[in-house]
Amino acid sequence: MSHEILLSILILSPFVGFLINGFRYKKHSGNLAGGIASGAVFISFICAVILVADLVGMPAESRKIAVTFFDWIAVANLSVKAGFVVDQISGIMILIITGVGTLIHLFSISYMHHDKGVAKYFSYLNLFLFNMLLLVLGENLLIMFVGWEGVGLCSYLLIGFWFSDKEKAAAGMKAFITNRIGDAAFLLGMFVLFLTFGTLSFSELVSMAPSVPELGWAGPLTLATLFLFVGATGKSAQIPLYVWLPDAMAGPTPVSALIHAATMVTAGVYMIVRLNPLFLAAPNTLMIVASVGALTAVMAASIGLVQNDIKKVLAYSTVSQLGYMFLACGVGAFGAAMFHLMTHAFFKALMFLGSGSVIHSMHEEQDIRKMGGLRKYMPITHFTFVLGWLAIIGMPPFAGFFSKDEILWMAFHSPLGHTGLWVCGALGATLTAFYMTRLMALTFWGKSRVDHKIHPHESPALMTGPLIVLGVLSVIGGWYGIPHVIGQYVGHLPNLLEGWLEPVIRAVPNLAHADESTEWAFMGISVALAGISASVAYHLYVRSPETPKVMAKKMSVAHDILLNKYYVDEFYFGSIINPLVSVSKNIWYYIDVNFIDKTTYLITDLVKGAGLFAKSLQNGNIQQYAMYIAIGVVASLTFILMR
Amino acid sequence: MPSIDFVTQVGLTHYLVLSALIFSVGVAGVLLRKNAIVLLMSVELMLNSVNLTFVAFSKYSGKLEGNIMVFFVMTIAAAEAAVGLALVVSIFKRFKEVNIRFFEHLKG
Repeated sequence: MSHEILLSILILSPFVGFLINGFRYKKHSGNLAGGIASGAVFISFICAVILVADLVGMPAESRKIAVTFFDWIAVANLSVKAGFVVDQISGIMILIITGVGTLIHLFSISYMHHDKGVAKYFSYLNLFLFNMLLLVLGENLLIMFVGWEGVGLCSYLLIGFWFSDKEKAAAGMKAFITNRIGDAAFLLGMFVLFLTFGTLSFSELVSMAPSVPELGWAGPLTLATLFLFVGATGKSAQIPLYVWLPDAMAGPTPVSALIHAATMVTAGVYMIVRLNPLFLAAPNTLMIVASVGALTAVMAASIGLVQNDIKKVLAYSTVSQLGYMFLACGVGAFGAAMFHLMTHAFFKALMFLGSGSVIHSMHEEQDIRKMGGLRKYMPITHFTFVLGWLAIIGMPPFAGFFSKDEILWMAFHSPLGHTGLWVCGALGATLTAFYMTRLMALTFWGKSRVDHKIHPHESPALMTGPLIVLGVLSVIGGWYGIPHVIGQYVGHLPNLLEGWLEPVIRAVPNLAHADESTEWAFMGISVALAGISASVAYHLYVRSPETPKVMAKKMSVAHDILLNKYYVDEFYFGSIINPLVSVSKNIWYYIDVNFIDKTTYLITDLVKGAGLFAKSLQNGNIQQYAMYIAIGVVASLTFILMR
Repeated sequence: MPSIDFVTQVGLTHYLVLSALIFSVGVAGVLLRKNAIVLLMSVELMLNSVNLTFVAFSKYSGKLEGNIMVFFVMTIAAAEAAVGLALVVSIFKRFKEVNIRFFEHLKG
């Protein structure tokens, strides 16, 4: 089949699924709705596989499937084509989106089967995938923006899926509004780019990117990339706009897995990788990106240490891992960012689905203090969760090890990096190992604290199946990017991912040759840190479960700060939202109600009064009419005579 | 102060003043009375005061048009009285009274 048809099917299949399920949104048959939706995504997945296979078959320099369907907008010098491109970067993305998407759809069939709005749920999920595919496949920033907004909409719809609960509806709005701030900056970035280069097409932008770095802060490139990065902080939950992601856990758990862990939140990273030559030409922006990423990685991980909601822990973990991806982008290691994006999609989707399985069997209980000892009841979920756990804390040879290690190594080694960034990253990794182990210990290990009314049980095969597939991917997913230092000893394994991405990603300028022993040392340090931290957490939470409580009491100030998420929400409310609301209320009260409304009421009262008066003249009393005539005649006669 | 001639010699002015007075009485009756029959009578008064004017002018100017006009007015007055009385009768049948305010019911 030609690439045009394949691409059309790839993109439109979820849209058709959305339409079908959208029109039968009142139906309650979960299996049928889920079947249609999963089928639609699976068709997309097959198309994606064929397209990427074609891509692999092409020679490395010209690996690109670009299709232009029609001219979308042509006004003056703005010309935007409805063009889509599958290349090395979007190829990886479509495989992740449709592949993980299919698994999560399958999981959802079982997870959501009791829900009344199941057809609606699946139609939203399909619409999300359609928009996500637009986002990653679009050949210019405008199509990307359409997808960007579309996924934001679906995210909002799905977070507030159970909107009869006021808190959940509010979480949806919070996500939407926070994203809106980022989107505004994204638009500004697009404007600046268009003013500077006169085009929005990725291929043209990339070819026009200057090779000489732009210094200073006010240059168009620095400005544009900074704006785009602010857009990315909104979508990808970085400081300062990360606050919506933890609240987004109000949505159904598979949604958290698909949108708020594996795909949508990585859109910001994808955008930066897509425009990597532009970002490389703006070192000041890169510095900001790296700092924000590193800071987010540590801060979110530290909040994750004390959260008690299983999904909240994973949410902060996601924010933290996204921080790593931005750290990688910031030090110029775009390949590492893509790599971590991919492995993270596997293990985080796995853990979210695992948590969904746990929540399902615990009858919607999400508090890990009321779990414990679930290993006995849920062996498959436990086993796959262990794989995800090992992957995220960076134990070799699991997926997370390779990607995270590459990021940490580049943070130190790259000329754009800094020892401080590496320290942040390593600290984040240590904290990650701690809170993930704590999560494992409180949920699966130790003594059961489960309410005696609840009888945990293993989830059905439709839920454990995707877990197993993702578990396998969490193990082997990192083997595509085995660093050279290890690869050379293990049967000369090449770093497949690096070679794959090489044509589309510009190398970091002035990258010094790495000393092999240094690289080994750093690898050893990060593994050792993670291992020590994990074992400390294991001892604290499994061997002597009383110690953490005592420690929390002793360090109650720090514990409270972490438990309240550094009071960031309160700060935002106090410094921005409440003043804004009170100013708006005053404007509403004094200008709208008291001035504009009153003025218009005055005018209407005048007109109304005049009307009432005129109406009273015509009251049907003939004698009065005659009186008017008489008065008129007398008055005119008087006038004539007096003249 | 009117001269003595004005009192002894009856001229056009006298007719006109009388006719104006009768007309005013008619107008006042139409505007102020509530009884429909009295109303019709007042209209008749007004018409006849006009007739008086016509006749007076006719006599003093020596032309006959005024007299002819009076016949027209009388014809019209007769027709008007017929229609008006018919209305009054139907109002009376409906409300057992001939108060003018019942004509308000004719309002759309």
